[in-house]
Parts: sequence; structure tokens; C-alpha cells
Amino acid sequence: MKLNFKENIDLTIGAGGRAMYQLLNQLILKEFDNEFLAQQSDQAILPEIKGRLAFSTDSYVVSPLFFNGGDIGSIAINGTVNDLAVSGAKPLYISVGFIIEEGFPLSDLRTVVQSMAKAAREANVLIVTGDTKVVEKGKGDGLFINTSGVGVINDAIKIVANFKVGDKIIINGSIADHGMAIMSRRQGLDFASDIASDCAALNGLIAEVVALNPAIRCMRDPTRGGLSATINEWASFYKLGIDLKEDQILVHENVKGICELLGLDPLHVANEGKVLIMCAAEDAERIVAKMREHPLGKEASIIAEVQSISESYVTMTTAFGGIRRVDWLSGEQLPRIC
Amino acid sequence: MKYIDEFRNSAVAKKLIEQINGTVKPEINYRLMEFCGGHTHAIHRYALSQLLPKNIKLIHGPGCPVCVLPIPRIDQAIWLASQENVILCSYADMLRVPGDHQDSLIKAKSRGADVRIIYSVGDALKIAQNNPEKIIVFFAIGFETTTPPTAHALLEAKRLGLTNFKVFCNHVLTPVAMAAILHTDEVEIDGFIGPSHVSIVIGSDAYKKVSDDYQKPIVIAGFEPLDVLQSILYLIELINNKKVTIINQYSRAVSTAGNTNAQQMIAEVLEIRDEFSWRGLGAIPHSGLKIKAAYQDYDAEVYFNIPLFNSDDVKACECPQILRGLKEPRECKLFGKACTPEHPMGACMVSSEGACAASYQYTV
Repeated sequence: MKLNFKENIDLTIGAGGRAMYQLLNQLILKEFDNEFLAQQSDQAILPEIKGRLAFSTDSYVVSPLFFNGGDIGSIAINGTVNDLAVSGAKPLYISVGFIIEEGFPLSDLRTVVQSMAKAAREANVLIVTGDTKVVEKGKGDGLFINTSGVGVINDAIKIVANFKVGDKIIINGSIADHGMAIMSRRQGLDFASDIASDCAALNGLIAEVVALNPAIRCMRDPTRGGLSATINEWASFYKLGIDLKEDQILVHENVKGICELLGLDPLHVANEGKVLIMCAAEDAERIVAKMREHPLGKEASIIAEVQSISESYVTMTTAFGGIRRVDWLSGEQLPRIC
Repeated sequence: MKYIDEFRNSAVAKKLIEQINGTVKPEINYRLMEFCGGHTHAIHRYALSQLLPKNIKLIHGPGCPVCVLPIPRIDQAIWLASQENVILCSYADMLRVPGDHQDSLIKAKSRGADVRIIYSVGDALKIAQNNPEKIIVFFAIGFETTTPPTAHALLEAKRLGLTNFKVFCNHVLTPVAMAAILHTDEVEIDGFIGPSHVSIVIGSDAYKKVSDDYQKPIVIAGFEPLDVLQSILYLIELINNKKVTIINQYSRAVSTAGNTNAQQMIAEVLEIRDEFSWRGLGAIPHSGLKIKAAYQDYDAEVYFNIPLFNSDDVKACECPQILRGLKEPRECKLFGKACTPEHPMGACMVSSEGACAASYQYTV
């Protein structure tokens, strides 16, 4: 029997019977196609990996599921790939868990699965094991996805939290695109905009930076809570005083416009294709130059400097030359952003 | 971005600051109150105080609609949200404002109350149209800026025959509040950085009485940082010359008469209350608006038998003093300790326009 993609997901698909088998064979195995998944066991048996492992998990509940520049599928792959890549790891294998609400259109599921397959191909990772559950109507919100991933860290890569005053922080481009792309597609906010999410896998870009062998102190992808959250996390965890330079932080015009309209600070708005790299001052310029050669790093710049390695604070030198504090986001400005 | 970047240009800012430095007289202390939370926010966000001469003191006024709503009105909103069959629609800022015993609309929502965040009162009308079996209550708050949309919604509800749409009206009036602050003599103010968006609606002439009665110069100022700096410069010149007048710096949006269409709409559906209580300022005669009898079918205070609450502020909370400009946020014992934006004890810490939240978020 062939799956009819005009139909909706029903509870029989989640029950483990023939309907589930059809879904797996005709959609998921077909799209994610690889030798490990093809074993069709409850686990994937993977070849031996030499080196330290990076292991990460994340659940994706983004609403709406489809938005300009991506969908829940591409975020679910890229998000986990990025979480691995910022440790310096080469992401290898991904697991996928779907929680689908009864009544969800099969055609939408196909779109999501195809998008995940494409993202995995582009990021050069394999989706090797997975699970599908269906919950009754009203008990989920369309589709939730969990992905976990494993990557290997090359022994030559050294990311050492050996901070010095004068260390620089680099970002590979503009901020707040993802959050505002989602916001502009939210129900109840009826404004048209051309803002596209920056959702992308960063492992290729990061690998090129790491290959320069610079003195990297730490790396992180600033997703929920935006740039301010990651910088504040670093400042409080490592006891650093960090000063951001307002005139070096790029916010695209269309993003700025909607932020103004909704009264949001771009510093607090989520990104999905950005990496922050803290490095020794003497390595900053060549990292930026390298990044600018890559399609995901064309707008890279140095946006902050470590001013203290004993006192924890985050400030910003404003374009006017004043200095203000940069706080974490408080409250729930934008729920379900990823 | 056009019409934004021009008003945030750092080179122009530097020039204005130089002019301010060249204009202030060392023997004068300039005590300027920015009435609006929007100005408070801009001043902190762009760290303007640091760039100004030491003898200019900016006093943060009560122009943050979230901050001035007294706790009993919050309690009433929570009560409304908790009624059977009610959907309460509110602007996002109100959700975390603490009511009695630190209860809030967001806590009521987690207990099962149907509280919806809306960006425009038009959304509340849509919700009313789509849910005819429910009663939709719009929690209307704010100064003259947010009053016209509420008035328009009332007119629309009547036109559409939306009998399930009710408004819990808490709109308040700016010039009356300015007079109330000046009337007490508690805080010394030499001039006002006057409201921007409010003035678009009511016009610059609306401040004539308060300016004349209390002999204070007022400069109507836009919310962008260059607007604020230019307005400070104008105020300093006025104070130096002992001139009492109203200058409209925000002339790209504000006229002398204001938006007369909006004013007519308001006059059609709303009227002045005998008295309204403000957090920090207490009961002020003729300072709030209520729904006219002709529109009472849409008045939540008529439709529901809302109980009266007489809950008080948290004892150590200095919001009342801060809202009157008597204390700085950091002089409050709770500031940054028991009271943070995550766990606000008082309203000034809730809204990003509140003096405490702005100080907490931005001040080094």
C-alpha cells in the first residue's frame, strides 16, 4: 500500500503496526537513506571512533513550523550540528525523535523530513536512528522534534579557557534575523516582511577557523536569549568583564525595523546560524579574514573585548560613546523560537 | 534605517553634547523631569546621563502606564481573568505586574485563566468575533497614546454589534498628573522633558495650563536620543533666560492642537472620572477616563460585579517615591536584591519603561 500524502497522521501510525511500517519505509528511511539507518534496529551500530566525543541533545518546538529561511526540520538538524561544532567537534551522527499530533498533514511531515535530509546532507552528518510517536489531537501542537548528535574532536584542536585582558569576541554576521523571521510569521502579527532566518549549519565555517590553529578561548552559538544571553553566560561563568561595541554589531535594516515596531532589543533576539568565538587578541583579525571568505561569514566582525578576568560584568560602548550595562533578557519576550 | 538612524547619529550627538556643555551655567542646578518612560528608557539605553554635565539632574517621572496602575486595579484584572467563560486580552507588559501577594496575570494564566497577549486592541476585537460564546475583556491601560485605539475599538464593537466585547478601562491623563506632581512641592523641578507620543494625540497646547499655573518650561521631546539631547539643550536655554514657555522639539509629529480626530473619538465614548488612584501619586481628581453611559454595554465595570480590593504595595518597595521623583531606583533596599526584572516586587521593575527596570538593565 502506498502512503497517501493528502491524508493526515492518525493514531494507527503511531501504534507500531503496518501503518507505521509504511511511514518509515516510504518516507523516513527513503529520505534519510544511509547504511546505519537501513539496519532498521532499535539502535544504530556505528564504527569505532578515535578521539574525544562530543554529545548533545535538543528539542525543537518552534511555532510556526514553517518560516522564511527554514522550518522545524532544518533547525532540528542545524541546531544540533552547531551545538556539536562549537566544541570544535566534527559532527558525525544524529538521532531524530518525532512527536506528532494526530491530524498533522502527512504532506507537511514529508516537507519537514525532506528538509531534515537536505540539512543533514549539507552538514555532512548521517541520521542513524530515530523514533516516531503520535499523540492524540490537542495533546501536542502539530509536531515536536528531538535530535541528539555525536561528534568527534580532533586531538590537535585546542580550545582552552585561558582568558587574558584584551581577548576579542568575533561573530560571523548580523544578529536577530531568526527571531524576527519567526515573529513576523506569528499568528496575530499580520505584517509582511522579507526577513529570512539565518538558520544554517556552522560546522564547515568553524572547521576552517579551527584549521588556522588560533588561540580560541571558547565558542558558542547564541540562539535563544540572543547575543546578550551568551555574553552574559560567559561573563558570569568565567568571571569576565566584557565590553560590546555597539557600532560593530550588525543588525539588518528590516530586522531593525520590526524590532523598533515591537519594542524588542536585537541583542536579546534569537539567532540560528551565528557563532561567537572568543580568541586571543593577536588572532582575531586573521579569524575574521578567514570567516569573510566563507558564505556564512561574509559579515564577520570583532564585536567585543575582554576588559577584566576577575570581575564579572557585561557593558556596551554605545555609538554615542556612553557605557551601559547589557543585561540578560528577562521574561518571555519570544516563546517557542526554536 | 530611514527616520531612525538620523536621530541616533553619534556625530550629531557629540555636537549637541558640546553645545549643552557650552550653555550650562556652573552656578545653576538644572533639575529636569522626563515625564515619560520612553524617555527614561532612551536616557538609560544610550547612557545619556554620563555624557551630560554634572549639574544636570534627570528625574524620572511617572509616565510609565504599567507602573502607575495601582495594585487593586491589577487585582481586579486578575479577578476578571479568573471568571468562568472570560478571555482577558492584555498588552504584554501587564502580565508580570505583581498584584496582591505577588499574584499576577501570568500566574493566573498558569492556573488556567485564559489570558491572551495582544499587540493591538484590534486583535481583541477579532478574538471576540471568533469566540461568540466567550466574554472578551480588554484590559485597557495607558496614557493618551493608547486611548484612541481603545475608543476606536468601542466604536467598532458597537458597529459590529459585538455584545461579548467588554473594556476594563484604566486610561489616565498626562497633564493632570504633571500638575499633581508639581502641586505637592515634594520634588523640585525646573523644567519638563515633555511627552512625545501623548502629545501627538493631545497637542502641545494641552500643557499650557500646567506650564502657566506652575511656571515651568516644557519641551515636547521625541523618544530618540538626539531628540532628548536637543530638548535638554532647549530647556537649559529657557532656564538660563528664566523663560516659561512650551517648545515643541518633536515638531515632525506633534502639532499645537494634536490629533483632533482621535480626540473626537475619545470624547464620543469616554468621559473624565471624578477621581482615579495612581500608584505613587494617590487619588488624583479628574485624572482618569471611564466609559460613557451610552457605551455601558461594553463596560466591564458595569457588566461584571467587580469586587473592590484594598491591597497595598510591598512595604519596603519605594515605587511610590520613585514615581514621584523623590528617590532613585538604587536608593530602594529591594533594588537588585529581592526585586529584579525576573521577580519584580514593584511595578517600576516590570516594564522596560519603568525607572527601576531601565536602571537595572542599563546602568553600569
